[in-house]
Amino acid sequence: MSELSVNHLLGIKYITEADIQLIFETADHFKEVINRPIKKVPSLRDITIANLFFENSTRTRLSFELAEKRLSADVINFSASSSSVKKGETLIDTVNNILSMKVDMVVMRHPNPGAGVFLAKHVNASIINAGDGAHEHPTQALLDCYSIREKLGDVAGKNVVIVGDILHSRVALSNIFALQKLGAKVKVCGPKTLIPKYIEKLGVEIEGNLRKALEWCDVANMLRVQNERMEISYFPTTREYTQQFGVNKALLDALKKEIVVMHPGPINRGVEITSDVADSKQAIILDQVQNGVAIRMAVIYLLASKIQHHED
Amino acid sequence: MYPEYISELPMSQKVLLNATEVHIALHRLACQLIENHDSFHNTVLIGIQPRGVYLAERLKSMLETDYKIKNVPLGYLDITFYRDDFRRSDKPLEANKTKINFIVEDKKVVFIDDVLFTGRSIRSALTAIQSFGRPLEIELLTLIDRRFSRHLPIQPDYRGRQVDAINNEKVKVCWKENDGEDAVYLIKN
Repeated sequence: MSELSVNHLLGIKYITEADIQLIFETADHFKEVINRPIKKVPSLRDITIANLFFENSTRTRLSFELAEKRLSADVINFSASSSSVKKGETLIDTVNNILSMKVDMVVMRHPNPGAGVFLAKHVNASIINAGDGAHEHPTQALLDCYSIREKLGDVAGKNVVIVGDILHSRVALSNIFALQKLGAKVKVCGPKTLIPKYIEKLGVEIEGNLRKALEWCDVANMLRVQNERMEISYFPTTREYTQQFGVNKALLDALKKEIVVMHPGPINRGVEITSDVADSKQAIILDQVQNGVAIRMAVIYLLASKIQHHED
Repeated sequence: MYPEYISELPMSQKVLLNATEVHIALHRLACQLIENHDSFHNTVLIGIQPRGVYLAERLKSMLETDYKIKNVPLGYLDITFYRDDFRRSDKPLEANKTKINFIVEDKKVVFIDDVLFTGRSIRSALTAIQSFGRPLEIELLTLIDRRFSRHLPIQPDYRGRQVDAINNEKVKVCWKENDGEDAVYLIKN
């Protein structure tokens, strides 16, 4: 097994455990590469990648761009705020226009769930989903699990709690799929208003009390409170949210064991996580960011190796 | 006419070097390295992944135990991401571990691989090693040098045995630690 079972990375839902392990093993090699004095390999010299961001992003976009450049791919960037999308062009038209300039791979973030799946059906390029609405964010889940594997040796058998806004979070959904495929147990914790109705159907338990959840888990993944996605109020005040679902040093010190704290960023300091926790040794937030580049290099490399080479 | 197991034999193979001959060749190569590199104070050995690593480890331990040279630096270099046949071969390329714990800046580097065939791996290795600094010079040591099969102008500085093999023939180097015996075979498909 040294090839992915898919031609696109649209979501964790569509890939197998063997795929994930292959991505991790490949990422190990790339992590070594990006820690060299010269952090670049020439593998993808003849590949052109378009980063299409129909929604704002700093971290993911930088991480993808860096990963592409470290693999020596040619990169073009596109953001919806400064494009013809504003003039009414459809998604397929936009992408086909870009592809006619001989682009091999598309990394796309889009506000609509399923945009990646839709695109993969209609255009002739390898698609990587960099977040589609509240649906999936596969590379984030991969790098989260990779960071757990790095910190704790393995993902299988670990207890992971995802805390916060599960309803609007693509990170949560992708993480649940990835963790379960790798053999971890998952609980979610957050205000009832922010827990999706049918989440238990995924085999996930709901825990309403943060302290109990933390006592159960090995890893706590603290999600960001996504104010921009909340058109109505899901909890009375931020202060109340922090009281019930924010982690702080006192809470962690009261536990019998040391747990690993993760956060996909950007952090709302003092809301879901206090500064003293975010900057402590227990938090692997910055490791996650570094691993993100290695994981994205692995995904791009493995997908690129499946693109047919043309002799022309 | 033939016993049944004959048809199960995959292909014909011929012994090019047996265990004793491999042993003699290794000693000769080690001595030739000492001739040119003296005490190895400014020289590093680089085994090319995956198959060059066994040869490199053998030579290192031979230099250290039989020829009393202290601390011969050894690294492993994986060339997968530097290959020129990415997306061109049917088989997916599998990466191996690169382990070089030193900077090769201004060092004499000896690349070590088991078989030199088209020269493309060594071409990739020449690019890959640049990520670890600018070596003073690079030499190439191979156990088997397949003549008349080069695609690139690359020749070994040290060779165990020169072999004439045609295209559909394969040279396989076996090592005791991995394959159970020290031997070199010529395999005909």
